[in-house]
Amino acid sequence: MSCAGATAAEMAASLRAGQTTPRQLLDHARAQLSRLDGRLNAFLAHTDDLADRQCERAAGMLADDPAGAGPLCGIPIALKDVLCLAGYPTTAGSRILEDFRPPYTATAVQRLLDAGAVPVGKTNCDEFAMGSSTENSAFGAVGNPWDVERVPGGSSGGSAAAVASGMVPISYGTDTGGSIRQPAALTGVVGFKPTYGRVSRYGLIAFASSLDQIGPFAQTVEDAAVAYVAVAGHDPRDSTSVPDPVDDPVSALQLGVDGIRLGIPREYMGAGLEPGVRDRVSEAIAVLEGLGASIEEVSLPSTDLGLSTYYIIAPAECSSNLARYDGVRFGRRVERPSLTETLLRTRGEGFGPEVERRVMLGTYALSSGYYDAYYRRAQKVRTLIAREFDSVFERVDALVCPTSPKVAFTMGTIQDPLEMYLNDALTIPVNLAGLPGISLPCGLSRELPVGLQVIAPRLRDARVFQVARAYEQATQWHALRAPMVASA
Amino acid sequence: MTTQTVGLGVDSAYEAVIGLEVHAQLLTRSKMFCSCSAAYTNAPANGNCCPVCLGMPGVLPVMNRQAVEMTVRTALALDCEIPAFTKFDRKNYFYPDLPKGYQISQYDLPMSLRGHLDFTVNEERARCGITRVHLEEDTGTMHHAGDVLQEATSSLVDLNRSGVPLMEIVSEPDLRSADAAREYLVRLRQLLMYIGVNDGNLEQGSLRCDANVSVRKFGVSELGTKVEVKNMNSFRAVHRAIDFEIARQVAVLEQGGALLQETRGWVETRAATVSQRSKEMAHDYRYFPEPDLPPLQLGRELVERIRSELPELPEARAARLAEQYGLSTYDAALLTASREDADAYEELVDAGVSAKVAANWQMGDVAALANQHHRSLVDSGVGVVGLATLLRLLEDGTINGPTAKELLAELYEHGGDAALLVRERGLGQVSDRAALTVIVDEVIAANAQACEDFRGGKAQALGRLVGQVMKAAGGRAEPALVNSLLRERLSA
Repeated sequence: MSCAGATAAEMAASLRAGQTTPRQLLDHARAQLSRLDGRLNAFLAHTDDLADRQCERAAGMLADDPAGAGPLCGIPIALKDVLCLAGYPTTAGSRILEDFRPPYTATAVQRLLDAGAVPVGKTNCDEFAMGSSTENSAFGAVGNPWDVERVPGGSSGGSAAAVASGMVPISYGTDTGGSIRQPAALTGVVGFKPTYGRVSRYGLIAFASSLDQIGPFAQTVEDAAVAYVAVAGHDPRDSTSVPDPVDDPVSALQLGVDGIRLGIPREYMGAGLEPGVRDRVSEAIAVLEGLGASIEEVSLPSTDLGLSTYYIIAPAECSSNLARYDGVRFGRRVERPSLTETLLRTRGEGFGPEVERRVMLGTYALSSGYYDAYYRRAQKVRTLIAREFDSVFERVDALVCPTSPKVAFTMGTIQDPLEMYLNDALTIPVNLAGLPGISLPCGLSRELPVGLQVIAPRLRDARVFQVARAYEQATQWHALRAPMVASA
Repeated sequence: MTTQTVGLGVDSAYEAVIGLEVHAQLLTRSKMFCSCSAAYTNAPANGNCCPVCLGMPGVLPVMNRQAVEMTVRTALALDCEIPAFTKFDRKNYFYPDLPKGYQISQYDLPMSLRGHLDFTVNEERARCGITRVHLEEDTGTMHHAGDVLQEATSSLVDLNRSGVPLMEIVSEPDLRSADAAREYLVRLRQLLMYIGVNDGNLEQGSLRCDANVSVRKFGVSELGTKVEVKNMNSFRAVHRAIDFEIARQVAVLEQGGALLQETRGWVETRAATVSQRSKEMAHDYRYFPEPDLPPLQLGRELVERIRSELPELPEARAARLAEQYGLSTYDAALLTASREDADAYEELVDAGVSAKVAANWQMGDVAALANQHHRSLVDSGVGVVGLATLLRLLEDGTINGPTAKELLAELYEHGGDAALLVRERGLGQVSDRAALTVIVDEVIAANAQACEDFRGGKAQALGRLVGQVMKAAGGRAEPALVNSLLRERLSA
């Protein structure tokens, strides 16, 4: 089989049919990686010996019990570099963690290793997952496989590019304000952010703890569902992890949308949308209607408050989460004669400008005298936004809207942080409310991918997959590959 | 109040207003948010840590249930209200002993509120309100090359203590003297030890006390400028530091000066408090809700279960013992100083020792031996059961007092079976009238002068004769019988 661009489901079938081996799949992934990553810079580290070991393990599992081995057994994957992997560099895209090798493995990653998945490496990202373009990585920007001069979105740009370029069929990222869905949209792949608490955050280097969530990138909705199931479920090491059993997104894939009530939030289709994005999403809605879904315009009036709310809460949490990076116990240290100077220089040189900006914003927002005006008010608006979703979900089963207002932009063209933040205007409310959301390809605008977002109520992750899969089955956009992959 | 302190005499125009903040390490098995041992003192430096209590990237806290229950137990013992909903907050500040850069603590919704502690100070009953009891985590420790961080040439950080469960008990500013503050602390410590949540070690810092001290003219209702006094690691230091601080503040005001809101540290060697940090330099802790821990809902069922498991508290127990066993208030308080002592006392009585004898021996010889050997009765060779056996042998006349005293000293140190030793060594009391009469007659014959003195009205001469008889009988003679035999023979 041709492996570049094959889905995990196809690979899993080939493995069981004896047409390929985990070793061959890994070799193909490595070949694609070495052919393309010079141009993309999607990977920060290769985990070669681990991949080799996992290959052996997967081969053993498949030989022992081909039916019992899970769908990710022997499948090459990539991990965003905020996910801890014991003994391997985990930098979070930051200078301050340049030399950091955690002595522990994230719960989600451990579940993947136990399932026989084969991690080929750690992917590039915005520093501490703060950004919408992956230009904030301390280790260089990532190219979009559709046009390497353009950004892949962010912060999980490396993981998105790794799947979009056909290096691996599945990768994992994290989504705090859109960091999975927006890069998925901009690189033409599927990206899923689970309900907050569905996937353990243990071993995920925190940006904003109340918003962060791990999720998969894939080429198809089915692969994304399988990849999600592999990491989902309660973890006693994460107190915010949801104890309820995971509803089955894989069986939901076949349900279709006949009779499903879909809401189109008016505020998500308003000004600021690129015409091509508006057109593709409207066409997608028509497709879903054609499949039997009822379409209803709904309103989420506080949507425009999402950005400002997010940019209080996320920086506030990050200012606290990043306090531990002092160079004393781990990571990079800049030695100076006094302790205070050492701390200041370590942090001054270790953090990039966007991280500094958010640490300062958050510190300010939490300061005595400002807390009520900023943090407390933001928490109230956050509750309001969540309630608006709740009330809309009394009338509709899921929401359909664009993922990103624009297609991938050229590197270096957005210098104003506020303009950059607008990229996440349509994804952030989902994080604030803790809901599941997916982005899947729905066509091109200016020859660049457009993402369709599907949002469901809390813990109704399966419904997101149900709607997304119905759309995907009715269209061929998911089969469209970046030109760089086709030219293999 | 008859309180006479260095700072304020009874005729002082000023009144001191004192509130205490007590931090108590909880006697849980593991740390607050990870499975490292909470008993951190025996491990080599940084040998009792894991990624969680080291604050490594990506790790998360998991609440220690036992710590929550111990805090509720404490709050209930202090008659606090337990709100149905409580949450944890981050207290943010940089310090090398704080690995995460924030302490997980409780800010506006603590685990408990509005309790009180009753005690007696200078023979008057007093009540101090408890503002709140909340739960947080301890920091690591610093070892400076030098006395203070600012002047240290280097500092070493030991994170073994990092994450040990720490309970903070904040009192209302209801205390009015150093005596009252000390007594409050004594009673609070006793209570914490009684309910098994803290080991009460002020010197080693498993129990720590800070004091908020202000003074104001009598009759004034507004509070004066508050000074926080830290670094007091004994009852004596608490008393002296508060006295010093009251006197210092009064002196400043009397000289027409103004007080600064500040933090001062007690320096034992200088017997003075020294300014550490002014209000302007105070940290802005930027408290906000801990997003890694969901709020805690303490169900009524849990609270009621913990309440039902509370032991009888020291004050109530002392009152009951006084009533039940006819003890003086003083004796009852002494016997209930610790739960272990009170339990031992009641075990002795339950084992058939008379209330009076048990009390006398426990407060007398046993207390002295415990002091001498640094071993409590329970941990001693004799144990409570052994002591009961010994005291029963005494009470049923098998052995006499001096023999019991000697045996106790031996058993306390080395252990053994009292009844067996008495048999083996023939220590049984000589109560044989005929045998003792022979000895008594010999002693009378040999001590003509003493006999003369006694007959002449010198009652104390009898004591010398009793001693001679006891000596001749190898210390085993029954004292009462010797006494009556001597009187009989001398008056014959």
